[in-house]
Amino acid sequence: MKIVVTVKQVPDTNAEKTFDPVTKRLNRSSIENVLNPFDEYAIEEALRIKEAQGADTTVTILTMAPASATDVVRKALGMGADNAVLLSDDAIPGSDTMATAYALAQALKHVGFDLILSGTQSTDAICSVVPAAIAEHLNIPCVTYVKKLTVENNAIDAQRETESGFVRVRAPLPALVSVTKAINEPRYPTLKGIMGAKKKEIQTPSIADIGADPARLGEAGSKTVVESFAPVGARQKGQVVSVSDAKEGAKQILDFLIAKKVV
Amino acid sequence: MAIATKSEGLNFELPEDLKLLRRSIREFVEKELWPVGQQVEDTDEIPDSVMDKLKEMGMFGLPFPEEYGGAAVGELGYCIALEELGRANAAFSNVIGAHCSIGVMALHLDGSKELKDRYMADLCAGEKIGCFALSEPNAGSDAANIQTSAVRQGDEYIVNGVKHFITNGDIADFATVFTVTDKNLGARGGITALWVDLNQPGVKRGPNDKKMGLYGSHTCELVFTDAKVPADHVIGQVGMGFITAMKTLDMGRLSLGAGCVGASQFALEKAIAHAKERIQFGKPIAKQQAVQFMLADIATEIYAARNMVYNGAWKADRGERFSMEAAMVKRYCSDMAIHVVDRVLQIHGGMGFMKETGIERGYRDARILAIYEGTNEIQRMIIAEELLK
Repeated sequence: MKIVVTVKQVPDTNAEKTFDPVTKRLNRSSIENVLNPFDEYAIEEALRIKEAQGADTTVTILTMAPASATDVVRKALGMGADNAVLLSDDAIPGSDTMATAYALAQALKHVGFDLILSGTQSTDAICSVVPAAIAEHLNIPCVTYVKKLTVENNAIDAQRETESGFVRVRAPLPALVSVTKAINEPRYPTLKGIMGAKKKEIQTPSIADIGADPARLGEAGSKTVVESFAPVGARQKGQVVSVSDAKEGAKQILDFLIAKKVV
Repeated sequence: MAIATKSEGLNFELPEDLKLLRRSIREFVEKELWPVGQQVEDTDEIPDSVMDKLKEMGMFGLPFPEEYGGAAVGELGYCIALEELGRANAAFSNVIGAHCSIGVMALHLDGSKELKDRYMADLCAGEKIGCFALSEPNAGSDAANIQTSAVRQGDEYIVNGVKHFITNGDIADFATVFTVTDKNLGARGGITALWVDLNQPGVKRGPNDKKMGLYGSHTCELVFTDAKVPADHVIGQVGMGFITAMKTLDMGRLSLGAGCVGASQFALEKAIAHAKERIQFGKPIAKQQAVQFMLADIATEIYAARNMVYNGAWKADRGERFSMEAAMVKRYCSDMAIHVVDRVLQIHGGMGFMKETGIERGYRDARILAIYEGTNEIQRMIIAEELLK
């Protein structure tokens, strides 16, 4: 079985982020980039499936990123993935979620797959639409927000997280599954894995190699336009309840929450 | 006008794999080691679950070849790993360092292929732990004066004597033990390194020493009474053990310096944060030049120390001789770390003296740095000897 995990390079969550006023894009060059933390759960799940399925199963990492993103890919390889595909092309910058999904779907057709795994979202854009859009492009079943996954007899058996519990979904392969943080605890890349990762193959196909139409990529191929951006206003000072009687304090807080319709 | 560059070939950029190594260990330290820091200090034990995680991560095989399951990070990679580990309790880098830097390093450097094939895989996995037994009650700095004897009887050596202050002595399965095989020859042909199974009737371990710091990492006495060692368990050549000891210690000294850099950097970060927050005389103490100058000096010293470590490691990785550099690194970085944590404690004032900030722990843990793996006086002798030869 061939598992492909789609991953994204994102700015370090703790980094100070700035936007380029001309391109209206995030300045990615000046900050430290990391592997999207949500994607680590998808990689971990892929590795667990591989360990359960045996030697015939491979895990491929797919990412669309600047050519410098190899360090992010190496981390995934250090965790134990077999190889990687880094899609990097001048036609790509400025792509919105739809254009990104198109490019990734084309790349997936190019590399082949039985199961596609992804995180539910990235920590930078937080749109959560790319996995579903990829599945749509590929015309395969899409099961999102999965917290438990079993692969058996060329099919998946998954538990989708809901607000009150879970929904059990079964689907034949090939399929796409996005996983939540509840599904597992990602491993650390072992030190041996890190040092061995440089020997693993990273393919770098061009847009032409994957048969993608450049007109459907970049700003030209995107359906959304960033009109403007503004910093989030400073948060207003919170209301402080200060009474000596704990019961009275609790009542005031409860009244406040009821008024806000939180409880 | 641009100045014509003369620095081709000099490159201070770390390779990608070592950057990832650094980031991964930092993450591991923050998520797995910091939460148990106080527990390790209070109980004087590293919890088994944490030891298992260290083993799983591959810490016990850091510098050793891939064929034995090691990570083969090279000396630079090893120094970066120890630098990052320096941000946690000293116990962790001490246990790992006693195993990798010296305990198993002698076997790795000078052991026969048969010996390595037999033991290295388990040692790299951390399934078996190693230690380095050179010091004796009457042979500290004067290491050539060791008395522990090894007498050949048939296919075995019979070992008698006492080694003390042996880090990992309580948990180690094996020790690199330096023995006298020819009294008359002394350090020049009379000392032999043996790979000794500690789990045998001829070996008794003393109680753990009561120390000033380094809680969680233990030292004890190893007493050999007619301990048996197969003759093929000699590391290197018979009589050449002193050279093996010195070579091994050279490697350890660089990474010891790296640990000093990491611990000092971490202390500096704490001092900066505290100086910005602590208000006295109506303003943060960071506004006081007296504090600023301490911070400036600390940062400068760390900068110098880090570059020394990396340069020494670079020489080691290139196969160049680096004995003098290793001695310089050990001497400078350890003295620096002791002096840095002293000033960081001063910046914290009374809070620095309290257990809760962890700085007094750093202060106590630092003091040994100028003493073990060759006192700083011995390091100066090594440097001077190189200068004057």
